Amino acid sequence: MDFSSINPALLIASLMVSATPILLAAIGEAVVEKSGVLNLGVEGMMIVGAVVGFIVAVNTDTPLLGFVCAAIISGIFSIIFGILTQYLKSNQVATGLGLTLVGLGLSALLGRPYEGMKSPTLKALEIPFFSDIPVLGKMLFSHDLMIYFSIFLVTLVWWFLKYTHAGMVLRAVGENHDAAHALGYKVVRVRMLAIMFGGATSGLGGAYISLARVPQWTEGMTAGAGWIALAIVVFASWRPWRVLFGAYIFGGVTVLQLNLQAAGASIPVEYLSMSPYLITIVVLVIISSRGNQGAPASLGRPFHASS
Amino acid sequence: MLEINGISKTYPGVIANSDISFNINTGEVHALLGENGAGKSTLVKIIYGLVKPDSGNLLLNGVPFRPGTPSEARKAGIAMVFQHFSLFEALSVAENISLGMDNPPNQRDLGKKIKSVSESYGLPIDPAKTVGELSVGERQRVEIIRCLLQNPKLLVMDEPTSVLTPQEVDILFKTLLKLRSEGTSILYISHKLEEIRKLCDTATILRLGKKVDTCTPEKTSTKKLAEMMVGSTIKAPEKLNKPAGQVMLNVDNICCVSKSQFGTSLTNVTFDLRQGEILGIGGVAGNGQDELFAVLSGEQFSQHGSISFNGINITKFNPNQRRKIGLLSAPEERLGHAAAPNMSLIENTLITAENSQNLVSLGFIDWKKSKAFADKVIKKFDVRTPGSQNTAGSLSGGNLQKFVIGREILQNPSVFIVNQPTWGVDAAAASSIRQALLTLSENGAAILVISQDLDELLEISDQFAALNGGALSRIEKTAELSMEQIGLMMGGAKDLEARNV
Amino acid sequence: MISGGILFAALGENPFEAIRIIFWDPLFDPNFASYSRPQLLVKAGPLILIAIGLSFGFKAGVWNIGAEGQYILGAIFGASVALAFYPMESKFIFPLMIIAGALGGFLWGLIPALLKAKLNTNEILVSLMLVYVAESILASVSQGLLKNPDGYGFPGSRNLQNYESAANVEIIANSGMHWGVLFAFITVIFSYIVLTKHIQGFNIQLTGQAPRASKFAGVNPTANIVFCLGISGALAGLAGMFEVSGPSGQITIEFNSGYGFTAIIVAFLGRLHPIGIFLSGLLIALTYIGGELAQLMLGLPGASIQLFQGMLLFFLLATDLFANYKVKIGADN
Repeated sequence: MDFSSINPALLIASLMVSATPILLAAIGEAVVEKSGVLNLGVEGMMIVGAVVGFIVAVNTDTPLLGFVCAAIISGIFSIIFGILTQYLKSNQVATGLGLTLVGLGLSALLGRPYEGMKSPTLKALEIPFFSDIPVLGKMLFSHDLMIYFSIFLVTLVWWFLKYTHAGMVLRAVGENHDAAHALGYKVVRVRMLAIMFGGATSGLGGAYISLARVPQWTEGMTAGAGWIALAIVVFASWRPWRVLFGAYIFGGVTVLQLNLQAAGASIPVEYLSMSPYLITIVVLVIISSRGNQGAPASLGRPFHASS
Repeated sequence: MLEINGISKTYPGVIANSDISFNINTGEVHALLGENGAGKSTLVKIIYGLVKPDSGNLLLNGVPFRPGTPSEARKAGIAMVFQHFSLFEALSVAENISLGMDNPPNQRDLGKKIKSVSESYGLPIDPAKTVGELSVGERQRVEIIRCLLQNPKLLVMDEPTSVLTPQEVDILFKTLLKLRSEGTSILYISHKLEEIRKLCDTATILRLGKKVDTCTPEKTSTKKLAEMMVGSTIKAPEKLNKPAGQVMLNVDNICCVSKSQFGTSLTNVTFDLRQGEILGIGGVAGNGQDELFAVLSGEQFSQHGSISFNGINITKFNPNQRRKIGLLSAPEERLGHAAAPNMSLIENTLITAENSQNLVSLGFIDWKKSKAFADKVIKKFDVRTPGSQNTAGSLSGGNLQKFVIGREILQNPSVFIVNQPTWGVDAAAASSIRQALLTLSENGAAILVISQDLDELLEISDQFAALNGGALSRIEKTAELSMEQIGLMMGGAKDLEARNV
Repeated sequence: MISGGILFAALGENPFEAIRIIFWDPLFDPNFASYSRPQLLVKAGPLILIAIGLSFGFKAGVWNIGAEGQYILGAIFGASVALAFYPMESKFIFPLMIIAGALGGFLWGLIPALLKAKLNTNEILVSLMLVYVAESILASVSQGLLKNPDGYGFPGSRNLQNYESAANVEIIANSGMHWGVLFAFITVIFSYIVLTKHIQGFNIQLTGQAPRASKFAGVNPTANIVFCLGISGALAGLAGMFEVSGPSGQITIEFNSGYGFTAIIVAFLGRLHPIGIFLSGLLIALTYIGGELAQLMLGLPGASIQLFQGMLLFFLLATDLFANYKVKIGADN
């Protein structure tokens, strides 16, 4: 077992790469859940974003355009969920699952002709001076645009929820949708906007997987990342900075076990590959045993406008 | 100031308002009187812009007034405090107030404004506190301050005193009178006749969607007001005064940790229930009533102390074990707790009557027997419904409550625990429910009634105690208590001294 | 259906022909029916079995998304029992496998059940994570514990169809009706009786509709959760066991084919009602087979069927809730 082949700087760097798709999806879902809606379709939205981003990038040779289209298309895709749950009052769990299944099928269909192709990927941004710091430079400052964007997004969401009036309205809608409605706030509109935001970020996250992390397209390549994102939202008690923390921890575990596999660890490969999922379960258990505090009170409950 | 002319509104199957006309003058406290279902809420929603009338119009200071949304109504100077607060428990007072305003100032200025308004009107509140931590009376203050910050010309209050102690009611009245002296009009919705006579200049009475009369409460007797409200004389329940029998239930030093994030935990509660006696437990909502009910019904267990039924220790008995020995209960929430809204009345009998009426054998449900029992309840308690196969959700509040309580009473409990027996129920149904409780007591049952309605408790209970902050006051004979004493037992007014208003 | 037609048109094929090939031909076309019709039961059996189990949970508000994992564990347990006895022949082996399969699925479903009951952990996420864990376990045993020593080094266990005592055979020849399908039918009847006539069925529905009322009625929440997740786990495990000893034949890395997830669609499509599930199970099975046929005949990509199934679910959700919403408006007044 050769530990020396594991380079800590590289580890941290690849941790961030691994975590970013989940982070993007999770921060969007956190906003959605803060508004009181549980969207289990994250996996579906991510993979749609992955395939769309890939197709656009390959055809236009511009990865950035791929990301933009992924966000837009996934956002539109999430509108289906929004209409079903907010206007037609369908069961959120069933609809979210349906969204995932449709997303998986749709993406497999669209991606068929592109199986195995490589896409143009994002170049790492070299920040003058910062990237040249030994160790830290490689670890933190030599990443591509999306990684910095994802952190910026977290900051944006945090500031939005805490300091803006619109953010407060969103929180209020998630806490008590009947009271928000009585006060004249458009509950359905707020939630639709949140759902679309979540769709767009999930699309970005998915596109990151197909365009940056593994610059290739394979059917089902998100491999449960969307579900992990959902778990992280709970783990983070719906707080933006904790979402970042949670995503990075999960990214870390994934990368670590891959490195251990490569380094010839004596633990069988299968046990290593199940470790991220087991750890997610353990984390969920710890959080819920401490009492699920912080959940928006209206989460998952259907909203029937009275009067 | 506000002219209401011929307002009518119909919903499918129900005429909510029919040609209602009256005027509210500047600086007047105008009562809107009527029982549940009379049309008060609909009329008020029309004034506030939540509902559009089918015909008729409103004139505000002579100008036609047609609010399409609450914010338009607010801009025109109309503010409203609803019976069910529109508050967000996890947010702070300042954030809550900001959400209810159309052009909220930034948080710092808002905090200062809140403090100054609350002081000058005698309603102290801390802007930084989380609403979930406030008592119900304090929460109402948040709602009122939210309205006052917009300098309303008309303040509408919907049943404000049902959640206040007598002392808090006095303070509210002082605030309202101050507003009146400043020229603000107040539309005061209530069914509490004594209060209206004390506070209001004019009263308009609604019944079944129509206006009955507009009169001066001072000059009209309570009896006449009640008759106009209900349309006939209601027989007051008769109370026989029999001596109490032996102790059936002994509750000793129990406690209960609240399950909800913002609930009140119960501590060290002790009392006895005697055969043929009704113990009334008063108190404003949020002082441990739900927790007390849960511990007595068996839905939660007390971690200390004991509960004994006729000598048997039942502290850890679950609900069905308690039912087997004759301890039955009826919770506050009719839909969702006492009954499942989308299930038929027949199915709803299975919730509590499974064992006592032998509705299940070897695990299989005897639907015939269940239907027979449901029909029996409907007949005996005059539950108005097309049939027992109708869903619980299709019944009106009063009828469902009659069914729920009737379901328990027909099972002949020796001990009966009921939480808010007539909340939101029309006067006729309420009267028959209270009579049913009295009859049950006369037949030897020991009854505990938890209620926010002090008038009700004064009417039917033999002994009285108050829940305050999860603790039970001394138990006194109801007949010997004054309103002021009761108010003090309920905790007086939370951190309010009578300020110079 | 209409949108399905649009979908197929978009793929460049004559939509009517596509629909005909998917829905009509497998049943009635003389060239294919003799092969396809039995396949209908083969595919429908596990779907119905798993979906009935899921329906108990869904009715109670307990969301078992990890049926796929319970299916795998049931197959592993069942196959292990069989291989442990190999090459002994006895008529007790198959019943033992049945018990083992149910037990495997039950235990796997017990994990999210207990975590939810005791710690209020979200069962959707836990049961789902366990699917990935189960797949890893499957890969591991295919290449390790259960690997066929006579298999020339390829991963995968012995083929159970060749092992007479363990084989899950057709009861009626060439109808596709193997023991698993029979079990599925029995389960449908059983669950109908329980849901309409038994107090346990009533309690489950009460818990889903009005949780406070069910607590008031004395339903023990822990027992309820364990029952729901346990039953769906056990039935999924049974389905897995019947599949591995029947149509599939052996434990391999690729053994699970998504029945656990498709069963969720079947359950909802069937409105969580036993008869409905029976019919929707047959319908979905038909789309699988028809889909294979369409792939063959028209070159329609396989993934389009998954998409079609998802869309069926969406449309059901949309129209179903219209009906419910109308009822609610009436009740409000």
